[in-house]
Amino acid sequence: MDVNKNLKILIVDDFATMRKVIRNLLKQGGFENVAEAEDGAAAFKLLKSQPVDFVISDWNMPNMSGLELLKAVRADEELKELPFLMVTAEALKDNVVAAVKAGVSNYIVKPFTAEVLNEKIEKIVKNLAA
Amino acid sequence: MDVRFINPFLNGTVHVLKTMAFVEPNAGKPFLKKDSIARGDISGIIGLTGSARGSLALSFSEGSILKIVSNMLGEDIKSLNGDIKDAVGEITNMVSGAARKELETLGFNITAAIPTVVAGKDHSISHVLGGPSIIIPFETANGPFVVDICIGNLEGK
Repeated sequence: MDVNKNLKILIVDDFATMRKVIRNLLKQGGFENVAEAEDGAAAFKLLKSQPVDFVISDWNMPNMSGLELLKAVRADEELKELPFLMVTAEALKDNVVAAVKAGVSNYIVKPFTAEVLNEKIEKIVKNLAA
Repeated sequence: MDVRFINPFLNGTVHVLKTMAFVEPNAGKPFLKKDSIARGDISGIIGLTGSARGSLALSFSEGSILKIVSNMLGEDIKSLNGDIKDAVGEITNMVSGAARKELETLGFNITAAIPTVVAGKDHSISHVLGGPSIIIPFETANGPFVVDICIGNLEGK
């Protein structure tokens, strides 16, 4: 099954450069329908106001962290099934366990390549469709 | 400072720059630094707490960081602009994450704060523990940079 490359993907990261890097890596995988938010709070507001198919979020951010955003998404009746990929420098076991407990769809540790990012997205989307 | 702290930061730095910027830095011999003057033109600094505490700084020459960030973003950047400052913070964050992951295997559970970035000739780096710090010097094809770490375990070593 081919993954729909028109998926609307929301990138959440407080570093504009990292958002740009992820946007470039997604483009290499054929994903060009992308929105951005600078923290969890801005992301949640955007998710409640427009349709998004997939979230890629950093962990450490001011205002609302990636983990808090994930918990808010999973607790929201409209958003709870949204695929959520955590992309973070936090690779400690406790972090991974906390994200899994909160319902993360998958987890990528920075630094990472375009291949890894696109493989994870395709895996999540295919699992959803199965 | 416990010498076991050095390799995780060295390995983390090489891993991050190779993966995200396709730059292969060559590490030189670490040495002790007693003053607070940065060895580069722009530095990212991050506080570390947990079963060891202190701080990590990455201090880049202009030439090295322009090439690193240009490669990361896929565009030619010619001056130390906002993108560069932003990227230095993110690189510092990633190196800290990669090093802390390796330190976890040695029994150290360490968390990090949000990085800050300082630029300008002879700017200073204020380590949480005051100093002295260990410098790991690196060379790239476009200039040098250093990893500047001052970290101690809970026994103060």
